[in-house]
Amino acid sequence: MGEENKVVLHGMWISPYSKRVELALKFKGIPFEYVEEDLQNKSPQLLQYNPVHKKVPVLVHNGKPIAESIVILEYIDETWKNQPRFLPQDPYKRAKVRFWTSFVQQQLCESLLTVIKTDGEVQQKAFGNLFEKLEVLEEGIKEIFPDGNPCIGNYNIGLLDLVMLSMFSPNNKIQEEVFGMKIIDPEKTPLIFSWLTVLHQLPLVKESTPPDDKVVAIFKFVRENALKSSLA
Amino acid sequence: MEEVKLLGTWASAFSYRVLWALKLKGVQYEYVEEDLFNKSELLLRCNPVHKKIPVLIHGGKPIAESAVILEYIEEIWPQNPLLPQDPYERTLARFWIKFGEDKFPIFYKFFHSVGEEQVKATKEAKELLKVIEEHGLGEKKYFGGDNIGLTDIAYGWIACWLGVLAEAAGVQLLDAESFPKLQAWADRFKEVPLIKDNLPDPDQMLNYFKLRREQLVASATS
Repeated sequence: MGEENKVVLHGMWISPYSKRVELALKFKGIPFEYVEEDLQNKSPQLLQYNPVHKKVPVLVHNGKPIAESIVILEYIDETWKNQPRFLPQDPYKRAKVRFWTSFVQQQLCESLLTVIKTDGEVQQKAFGNLFEKLEVLEEGIKEIFPDGNPCIGNYNIGLLDLVMLSMFSPNNKIQEEVFGMKIIDPEKTPLIFSWLTVLHQLPLVKESTPPDDKVVAIFKFVRENALKSSLA
Repeated sequence: MEEVKLLGTWASAFSYRVLWALKLKGVQYEYVEEDLFNKSELLLRCNPVHKKIPVLIHGGKPIAESAVILEYIEEIWPQNPLLPQDPYERTLARFWIKFGEDKFPIFYKFFHSVGEEQVKATKEAKELLKVIEEHGLGEKKYFGGDNIGLTDIAYGWIACWLGVLAEAAGVQLLDAESFPKLQAWADRFKEVPLIKDNLPDPDQMLNYFKLRREQLVASATS
């Protein structure tokens, strides 16, 4: 790899934020070096590159660090202008994508994390919140998929797709094992379900998805830790 | 020229962000003051997801979320650019705008809380101000460099609203001794002619936020 275009991604294998950047680079065909960070023992480089948040992912392009996954995704799209383009050309359509991306990131992801990390009444409330927000998204994406169900052929992966697929999957088996219920229910939110099904079947996504038992194990680990520390 | 309409409220910093961006670009627009206790049909139709202001309506098409609106304005009206040309610098601007958005609830907590909780919230807010001052602003004149940009506009609430909110809530936040660079930026920002001429009346603001604070305290302690 020539020095003029050296790309390094500091990430963590189970972090959805890290995953979306990894996939973005792969979809664009950008060669990169991957550094797996141990979040219990962060590298001095990571702390130097992201002093504000001290988190993954961090993209380092020719020595210059960028943090915050969505900010990184926009940077990738602006710097490598080849297909797939993550944002549409039309400013109004771009605004729509940014609006829904912000919704997924701020409202949906937060609800999901609360569901994972809590129990009892707090968790019940978070579930309610999550399902309510999923219904809003179901309604909202009708304007993005005006022809109904998205199909896999020649799918142009974009910003909203990357953010959504890294947090949510149509894998009801995992959801039922971790949460005791479906999160993405094909009956309640059919459009989101079929959209996620298409996304998770894309070859690049499929090959970077860890096996089910590993995903279940990590969810349970995160959950146990969060519940333990909330009792401390 | 397609019609531009801004739905906002007179005391909202988010509303003013959009107003400032439009004015800095010399865009003609119609301003509609919303009553948040009696939201208009137009607002509910244009922002059914959040039902909040500000909303920009351009040629009949609505855009919600102030950060999204700012990017839209920058793209549609490229005159007087408010984001850097260089992709890396532009990314840094976006990072700091996002930082402000994500941390805003933490900032605002001091206004909503009382007693011990307020002490904790005030401390957290000051820590965030320090991060913004050291890492975001640094030695620059403005967040945007020599001239104000979207990041300055996004942080305009620190310059123009934070003092009033703090006073109404009975706390001290931004001061020249603890935050010399940030205070100096705030003073400079408020002197930019287009900003200076487009600020809500400070007395009205103080009265409004004092009342809001009383209401919040009453419901917090009841």
